[in-house]
Amino acid sequence: MSSGHGGAQAHHFEDMDQQRESASLGMWTFLITEVLFFGGLFTAYTVYRFQYPQAFAEGSHHLDVMLGAVNTAVLIFSSLTMALAVRAGQLGKRNGVVFFLVLTILLGGLFLGIKSVEYAHKWHEHLVPGAHFTTETVHGPQVQLFFSLYFAMTGMHAFHMLIGAGLMVWLIVKTLRGRFSTEYYAPIEMVGLYWHFVDIVWIFLFPLLYLLGRH
Amino acid sequence: MNTVTAEREALESRKHYLNANYGIRSWLFTTDHKRIALLYLASITLFFFIGGIFAVLIRLELMTPQGDIFQAEAYNRLFTMHGIIMVFFFLLPSIPAVLGNFLLPIMIGAKDLAFPRVNLGSWYVYTIGGLFTLYAMVSGGVDTGWTFYTPYSSTYANSHVIITALGIFITGFSSIMTGLNFIVTVHKMRAPGMTWLRMPLFVWAHYATSLIMVLGTPVLAITIVLVALERLFRIGIFDPALGGDPVLFQHLFWFYSHPAVYIMILPAMGVISELIAAFSRKRIFGYSFVAFSSLAIAVFGFLVWGHHMFVSGQSVYAGMVFSVLSFLVAIPSAIKTFNWTATLYKSSISYQSPMLYALGFIGLFTIGGLTGLFLASLAIDIHVHDTYFIVAHFHYIMVGGAIMAYLGGIHFWWPKITGRMYPEGWARFAALLVFVGFNLTFFPQFLLGYMGMPRRYHVYPPEFQVLNVMSTAGASILALGYLIPLIYLTWSLRYGKVAGANPWGAKGLEWDIPSPPPTLNFDKTPIVTEEAYNYAPQEAKSE
Repeated sequence: MSSGHGGAQAHHFEDMDQQRESASLGMWTFLITEVLFFGGLFTAYTVYRFQYPQAFAEGSHHLDVMLGAVNTAVLIFSSLTMALAVRAGQLGKRNGVVFFLVLTILLGGLFLGIKSVEYAHKWHEHLVPGAHFTTETVHGPQVQLFFSLYFAMTGMHAFHMLIGAGLMVWLIVKTLRGRFSTEYYAPIEMVGLYWHFVDIVWIFLFPLLYLLGRH
Repeated sequence: MNTVTAEREALESRKHYLNANYGIRSWLFTTDHKRIALLYLASITLFFFIGGIFAVLIRLELMTPQGDIFQAEAYNRLFTMHGIIMVFFFLLPSIPAVLGNFLLPIMIGAKDLAFPRVNLGSWYVYTIGGLFTLYAMVSGGVDTGWTFYTPYSSTYANSHVIITALGIFITGFSSIMTGLNFIVTVHKMRAPGMTWLRMPLFVWAHYATSLIMVLGTPVLAITIVLVALERLFRIGIFDPALGGDPVLFQHLFWFYSHPAVYIMILPAMGVISELIAAFSRKRIFGYSFVAFSSLAIAVFGFLVWGHHMFVSGQSVYAGMVFSVLSFLVAIPSAIKTFNWTATLYKSSISYQSPMLYALGFIGLFTIGGLTGLFLASLAIDIHVHDTYFIVAHFHYIMVGGAIMAYLGGIHFWWPKITGRMYPEGWARFAALLVFVGFNLTFFPQFLLGYMGMPRRYHVYPPEFQVLNVMSTAGASILALGYLIPLIYLTWSLRYGKVAGANPWGAKGLEWDIPSPPPTLNFDKTPIVTEEAYNYAPQEAKSE
């Protein structure tokens, strides 16, 4: 058994290349499962948008485009810092990895903070589905359907961001303990892929929920 | 007598995966795919017999036309728990998580699956999901049917829908983890020389199964989450009162649950290919057709879900398209069946117990598959929809197909897994009991369904009694057929004859290594120089 590469190579792989390629293929396969997971929600959204276009237009009027746009920018910027963290990992710059991961976590936190402000607004405007929900228009129940999807989709997205932040904390601990090298930084790269995926989901959510049918 | 003792001592002195280390921790924290397979074997066997008890209670109630043991409420819970446990906690993990886990890395010459810790995690996830479901079961059960149709499940059902849904949601991830692991392992871990078209058909079947697990299961997960959210918060996604659409639930549910049928049957087909080749001493006829038909089934399987919804109010044109696509699934299935029978032609067949299961599979799967074509025809489906005809049909596929293959596989690889032989006479007797009991249980149900007996009722008109009594009698024979292997396989662990590396004289990398295999499977990475099932003709003659 080769125990080179600082013990980073698992016993059942022939070499580091095989290990890295396996991790990469595994991550992409996992991301495909995530696409299908969100795909169920997007399907429901599409079906109901076709059935109730007016109610959905009305629903998106209640959303704050400004906050949504700021959040989009925040997330795109966090993708950049994530990519820089991976690059720093590739070059073996331990401080760079930690710095950019912390920055990414902070940006993610900013996104979730803005999101919770939005959620609070919806609560005060009685737009959270359930017994509390009230609208004065004829499309009331279907507007509620829009908000059910809004909360299900953005809530599931926010949950994925929390998992991402947890993974980054784990990466920071591993980095500080010196577990990574220019030979072995696959975990940083894999969490990076995950984070970009979560961003891309938002890139679809923002226009579908906030922009479509506004004009 | 002396040689037997010597063999036994040799078995016990050699290091292998079972005696490499001892203690409960060495099992609960193992990352060895072979040990994880055994953890799964223990868990799914438990669930199989729990699900079996529900089946026994159902058949007892149906002995008489009146509701004399259970009333409607309790009966609804019985068939629901039977379905949920058998589908999600036995059939889906059965062959992949036990035999696949054990054999797939060995068959392609790898030391382990690509992600051993993910593999162990999948068993824990499965167990946690199982505990949730068992908790729901003992605290009163669930009565929605295993299909959780809305709005009944989301609004009206007065049982533990959320906990059960959570259990299934969690268990779904174990399926995803297994599938992901198999895909990466097949792509990246094959030994030198093990090209795609040299892989055993068992591996091909598991590769196709893994694709379905990875692509389908997440959709079930989100669907179940939405049902639970709907029940908790009344958010209305499937609630017609709020503009939601219950048929959307059916679309999402069957988008997973139809392909899930192929998660159960494809690995079974993989097992059958191995058994037929080994016991007829011949390469599988049309190897590459059989290999690619697995992929074809996986692909077609995703395009036919609407045939569960012919009477659910989907458009008639959608119904026609789904009907035609469903007929297409018959093509790859027939390719497999015909190629297996063509393999038998002019071969040296030996009728050992695994082969009895394999031959049983071919007959029962054919009946199950052909009756599937009845159900795929729009007009006939309206007549037999939600009757015992459909119950008989899917039991021919799942019990007559998947469980027959599972038992055949367990018998075939038991000497490899444990290093011991079981009593062959008892094994043949049990295989016979299973075959007879199965047919007596389920063939009458085709007739009952065709005559119009609906499924999911605890009472029925008296003229259906004779066939129902036949079915219950068959079920007791079947139960005996399942209990006997449990006894003699357990017995063989201690008292069975030492098996040796290759008791069947079969081909394949798993038969080149000792039984039970060493922890790392191979002393040095094997180099593969021949195609699968290379049973040379002269060898067949000398046998």
